[in-house]
Amino acid sequence: MRELDNMTVKSDKKAGCDPRDDSFDLKKTTLRVFRTNTAQGKDSHFDSLVVPVQRWTTVLDSLLYAKSYLDSSIGIRYSCRMASCGSCGMKINGIPRLACYTKISELEDPVVVCEPLPNFPVIRDLVTDFTQFFNHHKSINPYIQNLNYDKTEKIDEVSSSHSHRQSREEVDKYLQFSYCIKCGLCYSACPTVATDTKFPGPQALAQLYRYYADSRDAGKNRLNIVDDRHGLWRCHFAGSCSKVCPKGVDPALGIQLLRSYMLGISKDKRNV
Amino acid sequence: MKMLGQKNNRDNREGLKGWLNPLRYGWERVSYWLQRLTGIFLLVYFVGHVFETSSLVGGRNAWDTMLEMTQTTWGHTFLIMVIGASTFHSANGIRLIFTHVGIGLGKPGRPDYPYYPSSLNTRQRSGIWIALILTAVAMLYGANVLLGGD
Repeated sequence: MRELDNMTVKSDKKAGCDPRDDSFDLKKTTLRVFRTNTAQGKDSHFDSLVVPVQRWTTVLDSLLYAKSYLDSSIGIRYSCRMASCGSCGMKINGIPRLACYTKISELEDPVVVCEPLPNFPVIRDLVTDFTQFFNHHKSINPYIQNLNYDKTEKIDEVSSSHSHRQSREEVDKYLQFSYCIKCGLCYSACPTVATDTKFPGPQALAQLYRYYADSRDAGKNRLNIVDDRHGLWRCHFAGSCSKVCPKGVDPALGIQLLRSYMLGISKDKRNV
Repeated sequence: MKMLGQKNNRDNREGLKGWLNPLRYGWERVSYWLQRLTGIFLLVYFVGHVFETSSLVGGRNAWDTMLEMTQTTWGHTFLIMVIGASTFHSANGIRLIFTHVGIGLGKPGRPDYPYYPSSLNTRQRSGIWIALILTAVAMLYGANVLLGGD
């Protein structure tokens, strides 16, 4: 066990990251945190907080440090700390990112500016209201619709008579879109969402494609929901949604593929 | 677009302000910005162009007076910008026609870290660069014809 400890220390020293090492360089960075409280009607301002950072420190780590030791009133929303829950989205140095997924060392800037996600109403400090975003998501019926499924049948009968086996190719058509964690970064980066409140946004449209491309889905009216001048046709392919997506979902691709079907370029959804 | 009972909230929307800085999201956003900018510029030009040619109904003198206004260095510079705007808008527009119907974007697949969106692939980027190079060539040719003299 001692041998293992020594090995760990040795490898840490090699990387120059061990706090017990004299040569360990603990840097400091300045966080500029957007502060406001809409419920109390307070004016917005930025607070500057100096926090220690290491090579692996994320923006969320530094914000939590600031909240623990410098100012406990900072409002942040977070949960998993590993880019799975999509709670800690915020505008970091001008670009929407997940705070837990952004290392300060990668930003290469002595000042880290944290602001709430654009295009979302602000509740307090870095916490934004996702109600409208989730309403857009719900409006596209984000679930598999299959009229062949008879709810009166027992589970055993369903699995035997209505199994939905899919080939690898069929799964590949929608799998990447099902990785969406609903963090809202794409919605925040989209220039159309910035000006059109009725536009469902890249997240909802990509999810519509996700269910549409699923061979188990038989929803016929799904496309009618977004066949509107504020719907699918409003996307002008700026590509910013795909640029900021932390999970490789590529909403811009889903939207264009959906449009190709609606225009009749792809006639069978299984061929998209 | 049917929304589920929630009133639309414009609070914290970036609005047109979000369009002003296209450099945050890579070349695709720059191309999006230029497409819009050149579109608005060409619309203004067409309105001016209709106004200019409508002077013909006022007779030869009115037409000559109008022509004198455009046959200046500034007038030619404006025309060079029109050449550039129309070339970029057309070339990039052709690329967008293809992308809007799902051509040249790649296929969906299983994303592996680090993620590279297939819709922002080399073909798309090449299309943007070709549009920019054609614009530069057209503007240089226009400048040579309009400002180069005999």
